[in-house]
Amino acid sequence: MNLSYLFDITHWQLDTAGSIPQLILSHLWYVFLALAIGTAIALPAGLYIGHTGRGSFLAINAGNAGRSLPTLGLLMLMVTLLGLGLLPVLIALTVLVIPPILTSAYAGLRSLDQRVVDAARGVGMRPWQVLFKVELPMALPVLMSGVRSAALQVVATATVAAAVGLGGLGRLLIDGLAVNDYSRVLAGAIVVAVLAVLLDLVLALTQRWIVSPGLRVTR
Amino acid sequence: MITFDDVVKVYPGGGTAVDHVSLELPTGRTTVLVGPSGCGKTTSLRMINRLISPTSGRVLIDGQDVAQQDEALLRRGIGYVIQHAGLFPHRTVLDNVATVPVLVGKTRREARAAALGLLERVGLDPALAKRYPAQLSGGQQQRVGVARALAADPPIMLMDEPFSAVDPVVREGLHREFLRLQQDLGKTIAMVTHDIDEAIKLGDVVAIFRQGGTLAQVGTPQELLADPADGFVAEFVGRDRGLRSLSFDTAADLPVKPVPDDLELDGAGRPVGWRKTNETVPTGGTFTKTDSLRLVTDLAILSPVGIAVRVGEDGAADGVVRHRDLVDHLEARRSS
Repeated sequence: MNLSYLFDITHWQLDTAGSIPQLILSHLWYVFLALAIGTAIALPAGLYIGHTGRGSFLAINAGNAGRSLPTLGLLMLMVTLLGLGLLPVLIALTVLVIPPILTSAYAGLRSLDQRVVDAARGVGMRPWQVLFKVELPMALPVLMSGVRSAALQVVATATVAAAVGLGGLGRLLIDGLAVNDYSRVLAGAIVVAVLAVLLDLVLALTQRWIVSPGLRVTR
Repeated sequence: MITFDDVVKVYPGGGTAVDHVSLELPTGRTTVLVGPSGCGKTTSLRMINRLISPTSGRVLIDGQDVAQQDEALLRRGIGYVIQHAGLFPHRTVLDNVATVPVLVGKTRREARAAALGLLERVGLDPALAKRYPAQLSGGQQQRVGVARALAADPPIMLMDEPFSAVDPVVREGLHREFLRLQQDLGKTIAMVTHDIDEAIKLGDVVAIFRQGGTLAQVGTPQELLADPADGFVAEFVGRDRGLRSLSFDTAADLPVKPVPDDLELDGAGRPVGWRKTNETVPTGGTFTKTDSLRLVTDLAILSPVGIAVRVGEDGAADGVVRHRDLVDHLEARRSS
């Protein structure tokens, strides 16, 4: 195990192009964009399907189909169609984010105690109040597990951006391989792994903060 | 008054849940819908607050067709209590109770203050206010469910098997409090149960449904026990309906005999027990003029000497009833 690249201080200069901190930042930027766009699409769709029960085949099949799509292949297809740039990368990563969030939003709502939903309607909540005041808060633990799994996948997969000339931690892998610098490849792999763990930790804390204690307690 | 006007509910697929039901639920009274499972009682209840729409016929509240009213506004004016309480697990007890007042526009602060008072009203320790439903017992959850339904002070309450998910001892307590609360509040209540004893105990009016969603009989508990319309009702109210009907008659005009010498009294004239050759056996209980004939019968049967002892308001014995006197009284009551 050669950790010399990772521990070389010159690779940690914030103002040097291609330094590890800069690659982390661009990597996180892709992750953030893909998660934001993916959630913006998948969450409303999943909530709608879960709340109304309409189109549940979509939620289930999208989940399965999305998981089996090879991201690198999709990326190459997008580049062929759209040319180089950020857009094809974002499309490929967003496709990765949608299934777990869609499926968990749907499953979260479907698994709720329907008697509670019935009570919410019975006390006079309007359909959107039932969704946002009762169903969504109760489904948050399941939904957040979907978001966390999407985040983990996209952190690992965002390395493909480097394959089409963009930045991110994939640069360490691609460039390292190109010049047979395995120390650099190892550094990239380690940083990606650490980043994934840290991101999951942040999301776990967020989950703790936004999920009602009433859903955690038992007598 | 809630009126069912020739209401029919047919589900897609062909099942008839409610079959031409016409029924009136009087204002300020408890009407219990009772019957075997699949008899349409819950479907009928849920048509009152439009959780289910009738296939034909109308449901009216004080002459207004509920189908013409805004769903959410209608429901906010009708308390809704269900089996297992259906509390919101992510909200504290206090916020559960405050739900409807907040929906109708009260500030959270006002609603919570009122909710705290309601907790006491339904017999809950206000210290439970900050707990979550999962931290409460079944009986406590059911009380919170009742408090939530009462919070906006609706004139009407719908209760769907409200006491069936708790054990018999807790249920007994909830029944007592239900009757006490209803005496104070005088709500128009529609309650669904499959338990005829509960229906007879809690209902001012009992509507018995039969399988297929038709009404078998509607009447006061006394009427149902004394004069069942047909074999189904007679079977449903039970074989001991004669004895149970005694619950509705008080001992007010039951003649008593003077207190015999072998009843030992304390200094204040209160009964202590029956003197036997070398011991005193306890009386096993006493009754007053306001108690039911059923209790008197029970006491006479259980008494070691076959005599029930009546006491006055001060607890002093003022008369006794023997088996024979009781039978004579029931005989006279029947012929009158």
